[in-house]
Amino acid sequence: MAELTDRVGEVVEASSTDFVAQCYELYQSPPLGSLVKTRDEQTDLYGIVYHATTGSLEPGRRAVARGKDEASEEDIYRSSPQLLKLLKSEFSALVVGHRVGDKLYRYLPPKPARIHGFVYQCNLEEVKEFSGSFDFLNILINARLPVATDEILAATLRQMSQSHEDSHSFLVAAGKELAVLLSGQLNQLKAILGRLK
Amino acid sequence: MTDRLGIVVSGSLESGVDVKLDGAVSVEDMAVGRYVTIEGQKQRFFGMITDISLGVIDQKLTLTPPDVADSFVGEVLTGTSTFGTLHVSPYLTIGGDVASLIEGPQPVKTVPSHFSVVNLASQRDVELVFGKEDEKRFYVGTPLDMETKICLDLPELVKRSNGIFGKSGTGKTFLTRMLLIGMLQKSAGVNLIFDMHNEYGWAGTSEGGRSVKALKQLFPSKVAVFTLDEESSRRRKVSTDFVVRIGYDEIEPEDMVLLRQTLNLTEPAVEAIYQLRRKFGKSWLQSASDLPDSEETSELLKELSIHESTFQNLKRGLATIGRLPFIEPHAPDNAVQRILEYLDRGINVVLEFGRYTDITAYILVANLLTRRIHAQYRDRMEKAMGEDAARPTPLVITIEEAHRFLNPEIASQTIFGTIAREMRKYNVTLLVIDQRPSGIDAEVMSQMGTKITCLLDNERDIDSVLAGVSGKSALKSVLARLESKQQALIFGHAVPMPVVIRTREYGSAQSYRDFTATGPAESKEQAEKDIEELWG
Repeated sequence: MAELTDRVGEVVEASSTDFVAQCYELYQSPPLGSLVKTRDEQTDLYGIVYHATTGSLEPGRRAVARGKDEASEEDIYRSSPQLLKLLKSEFSALVVGHRVGDKLYRYLPPKPARIHGFVYQCNLEEVKEFSGSFDFLNILINARLPVATDEILAATLRQMSQSHEDSHSFLVAAGKELAVLLSGQLNQLKAILGRLK
Repeated sequence: MTDRLGIVVSGSLESGVDVKLDGAVSVEDMAVGRYVTIEGQKQRFFGMITDISLGVIDQKLTLTPPDVADSFVGEVLTGTSTFGTLHVSPYLTIGGDVASLIEGPQPVKTVPSHFSVVNLASQRDVELVFGKEDEKRFYVGTPLDMETKICLDLPELVKRSNGIFGKSGTGKTFLTRMLLIGMLQKSAGVNLIFDMHNEYGWAGTSEGGRSVKALKQLFPSKVAVFTLDEESSRRRKVSTDFVVRIGYDEIEPEDMVLLRQTLNLTEPAVEAIYQLRRKFGKSWLQSASDLPDSEETSELLKELSIHESTFQNLKRGLATIGRLPFIEPHAPDNAVQRILEYLDRGINVVLEFGRYTDITAYILVANLLTRRIHAQYRDRMEKAMGEDAARPTPLVITIEEAHRFLNPEIASQTIFGTIAREMRKYNVTLLVIDQRPSGIDAEVMSQMGTKITCLLDNERDIDSVLAGVSGKSALKSVLARLESKQQALIFGHAVPMPVVIRTREYGSAQSYRDFTATGPAESKEQAEKDIEELWG
């Protein structure tokens, strides 16, 4: 069971393919490519962080420059403590799998995430378990994301490799899987492999 | 499993199957000629690697190759985007279906299904195919990179004429010597060896100049050495059993036909021989050689309608024969009869030529003796068939430089051509040793049961050896890549499928012991006999 400290935010927008979560703390969004999960009754949904933003709480209102007379950046926040409440950090995660009971599936769940569902960052054990198979890579490759897929793929695999003792052979195995999936797109494959090291 | 190589991805029965290598298997560890098993859904296939190639999943990769200095990229691409492929010729099915379980390996009639797993053949598989060494099977060598013994079924082997081919210096003689030992021990037949270079009787020399023991030293009771050149044998300290002398009156016109090329005789000269034989009878050779250059001779020639120049041509030829030291006006003993006596007693005969390594002597003697022995065998066999009497012991005649006897021009006329084609029925077969198989008549080649070939690199020689074999192109690549020493390709009647062997060691003290070691049955018999003698 995930601990409270792993809780990073709350779902504020959801669809079948992805969900957006707001972070509890400003700037505390999980790293790009990391594995997060949220719960929906019996189902755990797994997502990969593909995008993160920080901006004003109100849509039409943008932050303004305040530091002209301040000595350091920290001083800006110190002299205007309301800022922390007026800004928010959000991240988007692509749904790549789900778990029902003990069974882990690396494809889309039947239903999207629930709004206000808590979002946890997965611990090393869970990441290792999830990355035991590369079936989810296909979802990543085919997703239309605002960020380049190559970047997300590379970031994800780099993140996951940290959960394996032999991260080199994990990356080689993943690379081989990609080589098969991207057999026609040699340049893309090369670009991803270049980012994996 | 550690021996897994890959999976079948395509193929046909005619051309063999393609196997995609697993990423973990390096293409550099593979070797042409190695055995594999293919685990089909219903049958197990046994085959041989006949070609190895490289494949890429995307042709672009060959145009813009990845950075090979980057080991990570290399590691990822190996086995996925770039991979090795094997071309495997399936030859047999082993196990799986009922027929092959009961009757042993069967020739393939289909190919394994898609994605069947391909493994390196285990020792057990190879044993299943080639059998174990026993009272009939003789261990000739091991497959490449394996310790399993490859055995030849010798009684089966000697039922047909066989050939040993290979370039000079590739180990034909060693191979032959070993095979002769095998026949001597395990086939029911006897051997007559026309030993042109004195290598099979007492001792031979290895490439390095080392002397190695030959048949008589290893099996003194089973081998007799006959010689044409007593003096040479004595100098080499060979104890001979008989000195062969040939009388003028023993040479018949048929013996001369073969020598037409070597003696440079014209066609009319050969015709003239028959004329002279009719005129002078048995002693024609002596009489013709003795004809003086006189009026009477001219008269005689005119009478026989032989042209003067033809006669001179013939006379020069006869003089060459007359100069051979082992030819005498009258032979003291009948060599053919002596040889047959020995053969009948089950003793193998090696005929050494001593210093007379001239091809004329070899062809003359081999042909002359063989013709007579063949005639005797045919008589006996016919008698045996008619009267239900004992058949003569199967005889294997070994000849070297076979293309001189069996070239297309004379193969139809010589006794060796006849033996190669049909003498199987009369229990006489040939063991042909040659370095230019392309010089041998195609019909004779096609009748050979088992062919054993060392390295050949002449295109025509390779073609003629492999003529009529299924999967010829595949075997061709195997044959051309044999090492020049101690390796041979065996295919044909005596083996269930073509096999590349590293030939058994010959020449060390241990190898002699292995060759002469008596089987368990024999030694038991010997022990019982000893006990009996001891206690009376």
